[in-house]
Amino acid sequence: MSTDNKEVLLDIKNMVIDGFSDEKWHEIIKGVDLTLHKGEVLGLIGESGAGKSTLGLAAMAFARPGCRLTSGEIWFDGVDLMKQSEAEKQKLRGARIAYVAQSAAAAFNPAHTLMEQTIEAGVRHGLVSAEEAREDAKKLFASMDLPDPNNIGDRFPHQVSGGQLQRAMTAMAMASRPDLIIFDEPTTALDVTTQVNVLAAMRSAVEQFGTAAIYITHDLAVVAQMADRIKVLRYGNEVEEADTQTMLTSPKEEYTKSLWSVRSIEKEGKTADDKILEIKGITAAYGKVPVLKDVSIAVSRGKTVSIVGESGSGKSTTARVITGLLPQLEGEVLFNGEPLPPKLKDRSRDQLQRVQMIYQSADTAMNPRQTVGEIIGRPVEFYTGKRGKAAHQRVKELLEMIELDESFLDRLPGELSGGQKQRICIARALAADPELIICDEVTSALDQIVQEGILKLLMNLQEELGVSYVFITHDIATVRAISDEVVVMYQGEVVEQGPKEAIFQPPHPAYTELLLASVPEMEIGWLEKTLSTLGEKRAAMG
Amino acid sequence: MHPVIRTVLQRLALGLMTLFFVSIVIFSGVEMLPGDFTQAVLGQAATEETVAAFRRELGLDQPSYVRYIDWIGGVLRGDFGTSFSGRAASGIDRSRDVVDLIGPRLWNTMFLASMTAIVAVPLALFLGITAALYRNSIYDRVVNATTLATISTPEFFVAYILILFLAALNPVFPSLANVSPDTVLSERIYRSALPSMTLALVIIAHMMRMTRAAIINLLASPYIEMARLKGLSSSRVILFHALPNAWAPIVNVIAFNLAYLVVGVVVVEVVFVYPGVGQLMVDAVTTRDIPVVQACALIFAATYIVLNLSADIISIVTNPRLLHPR
Repeated sequence: MSTDNKEVLLDIKNMVIDGFSDEKWHEIIKGVDLTLHKGEVLGLIGESGAGKSTLGLAAMAFARPGCRLTSGEIWFDGVDLMKQSEAEKQKLRGARIAYVAQSAAAAFNPAHTLMEQTIEAGVRHGLVSAEEAREDAKKLFASMDLPDPNNIGDRFPHQVSGGQLQRAMTAMAMASRPDLIIFDEPTTALDVTTQVNVLAAMRSAVEQFGTAAIYITHDLAVVAQMADRIKVLRYGNEVEEADTQTMLTSPKEEYTKSLWSVRSIEKEGKTADDKILEIKGITAAYGKVPVLKDVSIAVSRGKTVSIVGESGSGKSTTARVITGLLPQLEGEVLFNGEPLPPKLKDRSRDQLQRVQMIYQSADTAMNPRQTVGEIIGRPVEFYTGKRGKAAHQRVKELLEMIELDESFLDRLPGELSGGQKQRICIARALAADPELIICDEVTSALDQIVQEGILKLLMNLQEELGVSYVFITHDIATVRAISDEVVVMYQGEVVEQGPKEAIFQPPHPAYTELLLASVPEMEIGWLEKTLSTLGEKRAAMG
Repeated sequence: MHPVIRTVLQRLALGLMTLFFVSIVIFSGVEMLPGDFTQAVLGQAATEETVAAFRRELGLDQPSYVRYIDWIGGVLRGDFGTSFSGRAASGIDRSRDVVDLIGPRLWNTMFLASMTAIVAVPLALFLGITAALYRNSIYDRVVNATTLATISTPEFFVAYILILFLAALNPVFPSLANVSPDTVLSERIYRSALPSMTLALVIIAHMMRMTRAAIINLLASPYIEMARLKGLSSSRVILFHALPNAWAPIVNVIAFNLAYLVVGVVVVEVVFVYPGVGQLMVDAVTTRDIPVVQACALIFAATYIVLNLSADIISIVTNPRLLHPR
């Protein structure tokens, strides 16, 4: 798509935005320029804290509470929004500039129907009558591939699925036919198989109406499908900007290259005959809702088994059965060849010690009032019986293992970065000298570079200590990086399992095929190519 | 059955159970009151035979579970028993039915409560919503400071201040709120003005502050940000997007304050010599008039339970997840 002769729609010049924290104003956007032509899609990428959402919202001349637009110019269609009154800016928002939020589930008001919220902006701005808006919304719902487009608008947000909500939100943004849409990580919260369809819906909407868009994401492969140009941000500064093709094939800056480095971890998958954990024919349910159906998985000693699948596939439930948090209804869990009692309280301390768990959200998995020393020291004392100096010595060793120094001992979790917190959680699991660690989406909340660090650390620890991992994730790139063996789960059943090399080689069962095909690749045109084949794959699943 | 109807029925059943347990608590509580009605009436000098005979006449010689069953059985039939006062060892029975005793008093209390609520609840909601809308403005600060002041002042003090300014210095309203069953409505309202104002000042503060807090609490939600990014006016954001999600806490504090209007106003009744249930109950406790104490306590408990139950039910039906299941 050429943008040479198009009119400039949005021109942000030397934008400075401050954020308030620690009782002071800090610059979080430090003089960034951004130019967008009519009908063009600009990808804005960077890690969390890079300021991409803040900059995206600045395009609407909007600052979140605790932020302020300090200086700079925001020229939208010939007008500097920085000089406009609040009322003038309100007239633009929702009418000429629309916003699509990260979590549609949170951004839809639970108290009103989809229809009320979809037509609200257009009607309130006096662009259309409620009657016209309703008819138009139904057409938009249809073009977004929403089921039952004539009636879905009468539903409340909690009555439709996450992927549908995200599409409804795109329809909501489109309803007033804006000149510009800000997409703020719109597919981050979705499963990869859902993401493809939502991406396609957004793409076609933008193309159909010739809408310009700023697409904010941390996922390069996704942005490659959506954007004409890509701008990389870091710490509130621009790193580089180029058209999508150039950015994918020959990024200039080291930082940009490192952004997709997690995909560069290479590991040869190996298996062993010595099984540390075998679960056989597990059936489990929450109350009366069946979650796992006849699940059997084996984990080789000193190796990593990844369990992959979308939300609701039962992968976390499998972890809960292994740890005894959810007793199974049928089947058995063999650890070192011996059956583990189904219920947590029937297990001996020794059995508990050997299986440890690390969670997705390190934030909520640690007591915010305990220091790092206490968090790691507690399981050291509890499981190994070490006291005083010996315990202290062990805590220091553990810190060393996770590549942090002694100065962390007296810090509280709130003072640490996301990656450091997850390292502390790893150390806490290691404190028990476990033989098996279950990692439940441990890198999902982290940025690419931090993810890479954590994955490498886990791999090194495995080499050093011979610990085995059950690695639960929905991210195929992570699976490729870390696994020896892979288990694919779908709707509570194991679809396929085996050595990594075998799983990633065709032929695949239908679901694996769909899952692998849905993972965006860093290649322009991937989305079109994939969409044509995905339909058949879905059909093949029945 | 629709889940909302089921929940409402469950709550109702739960409310009845609570009332039953409360009746046991009330009965045992009164049992444990120190002192004895017969001795209070007959005095120290009474012989043991007279005391025993009098106790027999009142049924006080029966074991407590028998008396409980008698009492609760009567209550279920609408018969709260006969007041002890008016009876004397002389043999002439001038006692009255508890229902006749409480009836007019309860009507007075309900009248004062309703009169106050009709003004106070809408006013509190209005103040709370506008304070949230113009958060941190002068208006917000004035409303906040004023309500903080009325909340922190004891109600009898508020009452005397009102008497001073609206009765003594500028005789607008009467300082004594003596109403009787044959007082006409307009006169009744006029005479009850000062006690009503006193109560309103206290409860408006509570309700207004909770309304403001409940709304402001929601303003950080992503859907509120979304509403702002649609370019909606602040009033639309507050009324259409925040308020419908804030009802649960607001309704609860309203119910709490309405209950206070019925059961907690004895101080105000005393200051204005208003013939309400509160005073009656205090008098009954001092004279050990057990049937009256029990009846008042049961009415108060029922008020609390009914109001809180309604608040519960309203917060349930304003939750779209329950009202519109998947």
